[in-house]
Amino acid sequence: MPTAILHASNLAKVFNRRSIFSNINFVIPHGRSFAITGRNGSGKSTLVKILAGVISPNDGNFTITLDGTEVKRDDIYRHVGLVAPYLQLYEEFSAWENLDLFRKLRGVDVPDVSLDGLLEKVGLYKRKHDLVRTYSSGMKQRLKYAFALLHEPEVLLLDEPTSNLDAEGMSMVSEVIAVHRTKGIVIVATNVREEVQRCDASLDLDADPARQGVRS
Amino acid sequence: MMGSLRSTTAMFLKDFRSELRTRYALTALMLFVITTLSIILFSIGNESVSPEILSGVLWIIVFFSAMSGLSRTFVSEEERGTVLTLQLLAKPLTVFFGKLLFNFALLASLNTVAGTLYIILINDFVVKNYAIFLLTMLLGTLGLSAASTIIAAVVSKANTKGTLYPVMAFPILLPLLLTVISATRLAVEGAPFSEAAGEFRVLFSYFVVIVAVSYLVFEFIWKD
Repeated sequence: MPTAILHASNLAKVFNRRSIFSNINFVIPHGRSFAITGRNGSGKSTLVKILAGVISPNDGNFTITLDGTEVKRDDIYRHVGLVAPYLQLYEEFSAWENLDLFRKLRGVDVPDVSLDGLLEKVGLYKRKHDLVRTYSSGMKQRLKYAFALLHEPEVLLLDEPTSNLDAEGMSMVSEVIAVHRTKGIVIVATNVREEVQRCDASLDLDADPARQGVRS
Repeated sequence: MMGSLRSTTAMFLKDFRSELRTRYALTALMLFVITTLSIILFSIGNESVSPEILSGVLWIIVFFSAMSGLSRTFVSEEERGTVLTLQLLAKPLTVFFGKLLFNFALLASLNTVAGTLYIILINDFVVKNYAIFLLTMLLGTLGLSAASTIIAAVVSKANTKGTLYPVMAFPILLPLLLTVISATRLAVEGAPFSEAAGEFRVLFSYFVVIVAVSYLVFEFIWKD
């Protein structure tokens, strides 16, 4: 995997004339995990969406570089994987059909055996042909991990990574974070103390406007 | 290029399979066609109606049926919250052309059913030049599906989706509707093919312009 670096400078977001956050600066080098914390409404999910390239900041910019080459904004989706409560998968399809669709839409060459391996990893192999609408919320959360990891992204974004998961699911998440950190960058948006402490650095969106909240 | 084509095909097949399982649009479209045709049949009774009026009525059925179903391609993604998923999976134009292909297939099926039933059930509607009629149906379907797809993309971002769709669609589709009605009238009157050439040029140009504009603006509509 190429060496990834994520660089955010002066990021700001405004919704309906209300400033969500401003002057956000950080650099995450390859092989590091980074936590984003803050009270409800502080903009954690908004920041995650900006880093995923699906919404634009009102000010500032962020770049992902791979082996020193900046990824074009249009291509960011190829290099990030996202797990979030507001991410929805197709409920009228089975887990297998969802992953099959995702690999075709992405245009990635992932063999069937790898899809099975991924489903085994997230604990859904035995129910892979059941429609997603019959899944519990925890199972849907597990499927989101398969969605995020399918194309082996360099940057993994996890918004509330353990929501709806049981103890086994939580240990799966810990393993995913530990393994992925060696391959690229992991960003976790959470308020769970243990998850924050497990990360190498963190950013508190509730910190004063000067945004001195980066812990490393 | 081949990768984009494969992704676009995957998008189309996703919508096709999803439609077969959920019947989001198909039921609405077909029910509208059948209901409207029944009302027209009852209204006409034994009266004789001119081909000019019948050509217009056929496209009124197609227009309102399209309004009731074609917006679903984007609205259903918004309502189910899967827009973010698609944004993370594919380039905006892959999504647009996949949806356009699906809307074309849906509208072509609808027009085949509506056109066939119309010819069978309405006695005064006799097509005398099938070449004009079929080409009008094809070009009309292309233009209508292209315009409906981009309007649906815009409307899906609004709060009042249901009302906004026909209101926005009417002025944009008016040139298309006037031309297809005129070409259909020529088909019913048995005019020579060359007489409809002007209409076909307008219909083809309309399709090209709509697709070109969509190509330029879709990314801004799709992404926040």
